[in-house]
Amino acid sequence: MALTSSHRADGMSSKYDVLVIGGGNAALCAAIAARRGGASVLVLEGAPKFYRGGNTRHTRNMRCAHDAATEILTGPYTEEEFWEDLLRVTGGQTDEVLARHMIRESKDILNWIVEQGVRWQPSLGGTLSLGRTNSFFLGGGRAMLNALYLTAEQLGVNVAYDAEVTDLVIEDGMFLAARLKRPINGETEIRATSLVAAAGGFEANIEWLKQYWGEAADNFLIRGTPYNRGSILKMLLDKGVQEVGDPTQCHAVAIDARAPKFDGGIITRHDSVVFGIVVNKHAQRFYDEGEDLWPKRYAIWGRLVAAQPDQIAYIIFDSTVVTSFMPTLFPPIAARTVAELAGKLELEPAALENTITEFNAAVRPGTFDHTVLDDCVTEGITPPKTHWARKIETPPYLAYPVRPGITFTYLGTRVTKEARMLMADGKPSGNMFAAGEIMAGNVLGKGYAAGMGMTIGSVFGRIAGREAAKHARN
Amino acid sequence: MHGTRILNEADRLMTVCNSCRYCEGLCAVFPAMEMRRAFSDGDLNYLANLCHACGACYVDCQFSPPHEFNVNVPKTLAVARAESYAAYAWPQALSGAFTRNGLVISVIAALSMAAFILGFAALNDHSALFGVHTGAGAFYKLMPHNAMAALFSAAFLYAILALGMSLRAFWRDIGTPIGGRAEGGSIFQAIRDAGELRYLHGGGVGCYNEDDKPTDRRKVFHHLTFYGFLLCFAATSVATLYHYLLGREAPYPVWDLPVVLGTLGGIGLIVGPIGLFLAKTRRDPALLDENRYGMDVGFIAMLFLTGLTGMLLLILRGTVAMGPLLALHLGAVFALFITMPYGKFVHGIYRFAALVRYAQERRPAA
Repeated sequence: MALTSSHRADGMSSKYDVLVIGGGNAALCAAIAARRGGASVLVLEGAPKFYRGGNTRHTRNMRCAHDAATEILTGPYTEEEFWEDLLRVTGGQTDEVLARHMIRESKDILNWIVEQGVRWQPSLGGTLSLGRTNSFFLGGGRAMLNALYLTAEQLGVNVAYDAEVTDLVIEDGMFLAARLKRPINGETEIRATSLVAAAGGFEANIEWLKQYWGEAADNFLIRGTPYNRGSILKMLLDKGVQEVGDPTQCHAVAIDARAPKFDGGIITRHDSVVFGIVVNKHAQRFYDEGEDLWPKRYAIWGRLVAAQPDQIAYIIFDSTVVTSFMPTLFPPIAARTVAELAGKLELEPAALENTITEFNAAVRPGTFDHTVLDDCVTEGITPPKTHWARKIETPPYLAYPVRPGITFTYLGTRVTKEARMLMADGKPSGNMFAAGEIMAGNVLGKGYAAGMGMTIGSVFGRIAGREAAKHARN
Repeated sequence: MHGTRILNEADRLMTVCNSCRYCEGLCAVFPAMEMRRAFSDGDLNYLANLCHACGACYVDCQFSPPHEFNVNVPKTLAVARAESYAAYAWPQALSGAFTRNGLVISVIAALSMAAFILGFAALNDHSALFGVHTGAGAFYKLMPHNAMAALFSAAFLYAILALGMSLRAFWRDIGTPIGGRAEGGSIFQAIRDAGELRYLHGGGVGCYNEDDKPTDRRKVFHHLTFYGFLLCFAATSVATLYHYLLGREAPYPVWDLPVVLGTLGGIGLIVGPIGLFLAKTRRDPALLDENRYGMDVGFIAMLFLTGLTGMLLLILRGTVAMGPLLALHLGAVFALFITMPYGKFVHGIYRFAALVRYAQERRPAA
C-alpha cells in the first residue's frame, strides 16, 4: 500500500491522509478502515499506553442486529427489534435516519470486527438476559483493544501515546492541523487531509461537570480513566461545530463509595438494591427499591444517589440474601445489630432502627422471586417498595455505601450518516468526521442499553475511517 | 486469612476477578473460580495448579499494574503453585529441596553422573571402560543388567511412591468437587485436556510473551518435550519387555522398536527443552515467578541432559566413548528419577489432578 504523504525515515510523518484523535474502539475502527481504504493514518491517543482506549477498556460487549442465531448468540435480533429497543430507552430522543442506518450497518460489524482480530464468546455468567442480543468480547474490552491495536499496527497505522492535543486549526469548517503539547518526532503540529475525532466525552472532567452539577460533582466517582476530559469535544464546539445531546446529562450508576476516584470500571457496581432498602445519610429511604428489573433499575440509581445530600447512600440488607447477587469487590460492612451497623456507617442509630422497623412492619406476605416483578410489597409507607419487599431482620446486618459512578456524557458533535460533522450553520464540514462517544448523542439522546456504546463506536468508526480516506484520496 | 502471604494475595485477586468475570472464556481457572464465593487454601492451590500460565488474563486485564488494583493473576498463581509443590512434598522433611531447587538439582545430577563414572572406573578395568563393546549385552559388560535393573527400579519406585503421597496430600487439600460428580469420564476428559494443553492457549491465540503478540511456541515445545519424554519412557519399557520376555539384550539395532522410540523421543527431549528455555527468555518478566527460575531451568536442563546423553550414546555406542557416555546417561536418568518428586516435574502431576477436578466440577450433577 503506497502512502501518499511525505514519510520520514522513522515512520512518523508530519502530514498524514487521516489523523485520528482518540484511542478507543471508535478511533481504532476508524484508523483500520481508513488504512484499509488506502490512507496513511496517525492515531493520537492522549493517554499512556496502559490506559489507552478510554471507556472501551471497561466494556465487554456490543449490540448488533442479526437475522439468525450465531455460534455465540442464542437467537435472531432483527433491525426492527433493535430500533424498538433504542426508541424505548431514549424515549424517542434519537435521529431516526442515523439510528436506522447504524442498526443496518451493525449487522455487518459482527463479522467485520472479527476480521480485525476481535474474538467473541457467549454471554458471561450472570448476563443471560443479553445472550440473544449482545456479543461479548473474549477477554473483555481491553482484549478487544489489544486486537485492534495489533491489527492497526500490522497494517501500518502509526500510533502515538501520551499525545495530548492542545489546539485544532480549523478554517471554514476545514480541519488543517492539530497542535501537540509534547512534540512527536520533533513535530508539535500534525497536518492531515482528514480528521476523525473519536476522543470520547467529558465524564472525567470534574470542572466541566460542575458547570451543571455544582459542588455535588466533587462527590462523583468516574468509572473510566482520568483521560476522558472532553478537550477535543470542547475545541470542536468552540470552533463552530454543531452540538447535539443534553450537556447537563450523564449516564450514572450506583457504585461502591470505596471505589477509586477514577477507573474502577465495572467491578465496583452494585446490583443488590432490590434485596434490601436504600437510605441516605439521614437514614431515610428516598425511592422505591423494587420499581423495576435489571438493567433498567441499574441505570437510575446513580442519579438518585446524586440527588441525595453529600451524594451518598447505603444499601441495607440482611444475611438471608448475601448469595443472591454476584460476589462484590468490596465486602459488605457487617454488624450484629442495626444500631451497630449505623455506627459503622456513621448514621444516626435511632434513625436507622426506626426506618427498618417501619419498613419491616409495612412488608406484606408474598412469594419472592427476584427474576420477575413479584408480589412482595409494602403497605402504608412512603416511598413504597413495590416488589421484592422482605423484612430485614436476620443478623448480621449488612450494608454497601454507594455513590454516583459516572459512565459517560451525552453532549457531542452533530454528524451526518457519513459521520461527517455538521457546522453550526448547518453545512457539513469538508473534512471532519466523528465517531464514538463524541457523537453518541446523535443516536442516544438519553438512556442506555447494554452494548450500544460499542455499536456506535464500531459502526461510525468504520464509516468515519472509510469516508475520511475517501476524502483524502480525492 | 490464609496460611501464607501469597495465598492472601491470591484470595484478594480471586475476589477482584469474581466481581468482573471478563476472563471466563480464556481458560479453566475463571469458570472454576466462579463456582465459589469464598476461597479456602485448598481452593486457591487448586486454581493455582489449574493455571497454565499463558498470560492472556494479564494482557487482557484492565486492572493489571500500573492500575491500583494491581491484578496479576499469572504471577500470583505461579508463586502460589511453586509454594504448593513444597507444601505437598513427601516426605515433608525434603520440602526444602524446593527452596534452592536449581542448585539442588544440579548438585544431585553432578553427583549422580560422577558416581556412575567413578563406579564404572572402580568396578571395571581401564580397558573395559574405554574399550569398544558391540553386540548384545555390550552395555552389561560395564554394569551387570541385574544391578542396573535393581538400582533403577528402586529409584523409579521411590519416585512413584513420593509422587503418589504428594498427590494424595494435594487431592485431600483441594477437597470435594463443587456441584459435579466424580467418575471415570472426568479422567478421560483430563487426559484429553492435558494431552493437547487445551488451556495453554490464551483463549485460542497462544501464549503471551514479551509483547502483545501471542504465539504458540511454548505449546509446541512443551509437546515436543512431553511426548519426547513419553517416547523415551516407552523405549525403556519395550526394552525391558524384550529383555525379560524375549531374552533379547540391549543394545538393539537402529531399526528396532526401542531404538526408534528412543531416537524420536530423544530428539523431542533435545529440541523441546531448548525451545522451552528460549521461550522462557522471551516472556514478559511481569508474568513470571522469578524466584523459581532455577527450578524451571533445572528441570528443563535435566530433560535436555537425558536426551542429549542418550542420543550421543546411540550415535557413539560403537566407539571408545561408549563407556563414559553410558555412565553419564545412566547418571542423568538416575538423577532425573530421584529428583522427580522434588522439582518442576511435579507440575504435571498436580495440573493433571486439577484438570480431573475441573472436569468433575463441569460435569452436570446426576
